[in-house]
Amino acid sequence: MIEVKGLTKYFGPVTAVNDISFVVDKGEILGFLGPNGAGKSTTMRMITGYLTPSEGTALIGGKDIVSRGLEARQSIGYLPENAPVYPDMTVLGFLNFCAEIRGFSGKDKHHRVEEIIERCFLSEVRQQSIDTLSKGFKQRVCFAQAILHDPPYLIMDEPTDGLDPNQKHEVRTMILEMAKEKAMIISTHILEEVEAVCTRAIIIAEGRIVADDTPKNLKGMSRLHNTLSLDLEAKEGVDFQKELSTFSWIREVEALGARGGDEAVLRLRIRTGNPPWDPERELWRFCCQKGWTVVSLFREEGRLDEVFRMITAPDRGN
Amino acid sequence: MSLKHVKAIVKKELSGYFGSPVAYVFIVIFLLLSGFFTFSVSRFYEMGQADLRAFFEWLPWIFLFLVPAVAMRLWAEERRIGTLELLLTLPVSITELILGKFLAAWLFICFALALTFPLVITVTYLGDPDMGPIFCGYLGGVLLAAALLSVGSMTSSLTRNQVISFILSVVICLFFTLAGWPPVTEAISAWAPAWLVDLVAGFSFVTHFQDLQRGIIDLRDLVYFASVVFFMLFSTAVVLDNRRSL
Ligand SMILES: Nc1ncnc2c1ncn2[C@@H]1O[C@H](COP(=O)(O)OP(=O)(O)OP(=O)(O)O)[C@@H](O)[C@H]1O
Ligand SMILES: [Mg+2]
Repeated sequence: MIEVKGLTKYFGPVTAVNDISFVVDKGEILGFLGPNGAGKSTTMRMITGYLTPSEGTALIGGKDIVSRGLEARQSIGYLPENAPVYPDMTVLGFLNFCAEIRGFSGKDKHHRVEEIIERCFLSEVRQQSIDTLSKGFKQRVCFAQAILHDPPYLIMDEPTDGLDPNQKHEVRTMILEMAKEKAMIISTHILEEVEAVCTRAIIIAEGRIVADDTPKNLKGMSRLHNTLSLDLEAKEGVDFQKELSTFSWIREVEALGARGGDEAVLRLRIRTGNPPWDPERELWRFCCQKGWTVVSLFREEGRLDEVFRMITAPDRGN
Repeated sequence: MSLKHVKAIVKKELSGYFGSPVAYVFIVIFLLLSGFFTFSVSRFYEMGQADLRAFFEWLPWIFLFLVPAVAMRLWAEERRIGTLELLLTLPVSITELILGKFLAAWLFICFALALTFPLVITVTYLGDPDMGPIFCGYLGGVLLAAALLSVGSMTSSLTRNQVISFILSVVICLFFTLAGWPPVTEAISAWAPAWLVDLVAGFSFVTHFQDLQRGIIDLRDLVYFASVVFFMLFSTAVVLDNRRSL
């Protein structure tokens, strides 16, 4: 369990992180979101012991990172932002070094390193000097370093940054595979990633937590959540908006204009008040009765990016 | 403290030296300079003496520039490329890190120093040298390197810029070197009481190095070098710890 208690960091007059507290249990994958400069990396650096907090502390499996740093760090795997690795070393040399520091030796070390090279798709570059690797490969080397010792606590700052779509997928799959026996914190700017892997998301802005919920519930905060999106073939002399407004459970019908350049199809967004249990079906039936051609009809779940914008930049919201 | 950790760090550092041109450039320049000063400037052959005085006289001055050049990257480079974050979040203590890095750099310089062995062969071939002073001279060189390195480690931990680290370290080492250099001590003794001259000279690397060079192993000299190294490495730890909470 990772317990973060009132973490605060001042850089001179700047408060980069302001009284952040949360708990991550085994089996949870916590997504860490926030605009640039929100304080995500600074928080992670304090949790992993690179920076000393100005106030507050973090407990890693019950061990205080400030007073018992060495023990706490033993059970952490950390992938720092921008994946720093030693340019003068080979991939194999670097991973061997990390394994030795993590207390592996002899055959055991050899197996670990070989296994991790295999798992992180590094076989073809094992003897290559790290400064000649492409960005994505450097990222993978650093990722390998973080999971090498199979740590119970994994903290990763933008783990899929710079990876190609295939590798992104691989990394997400690996993260999900490891999820059961680990507690993880992952920061990212890719919101689909949050939906795909995270069990919980924390949004921070200007150093404070502004939202802490499951991705699903966060999406529920979207203004679009549960609105119906209805595409109809245009029909001369018919005012869809007015006719639809006769439903008691339809609160508002918004015309979004022609769909994607196709003049013949109109898109409507329908905001519901207290809908019947199956509003899509009712609406569909109504349209058929009227003789309208429905091109598509679906219920919006809400979009995380919209919620993100709404929470982190409310005054500039759309 | 775990020796395994220190060993792993030493290994990693040495592979870093030899994995980049740094090591080879250093060794070649070191050997060229020592050869040049010993043979051309000090006229090794013409002096007609079977000892390595000429070499050891120049050693502090060569080290004054070359050792800080090795030490400047110790921490500054790690900070610049961001690997310090990796290093400080590994389960190793700051003591192990500092010791590992220091030992690796020291071993490396000792290795370069050992490559001057043809000089020893030359004098034994040409004459019948007294091995005592030669051995003590090398011992002095090794200790001198440790002292200069520890200063460099401290200045390197202060900044992410290697050039700044180098200049700072050369200035500090220059002070330590000049304090005991005869022209300087003479200049001070013109107006200062003898005890002050001795005190200032007592701080100098050169004074203590010269004792060894003459073939005298004095415990006071050993203690002096050990305390410089200890103090400087301790300062390195303090600086690194402070920058963590910055
Ligand atoms: N060493 C430092 N000295 C001074 N200010 C710093 C330092 N490190 C970070 N900051 C400041 O702290 C704030 C938070 O930075 P941080 O790197 O944590 O942001 P982030 O959320 O990770 O952003 P990004 O999404 O761009 O990675 C920023 O305003 C940054 O300028
Ligand atoms: Mg960041």
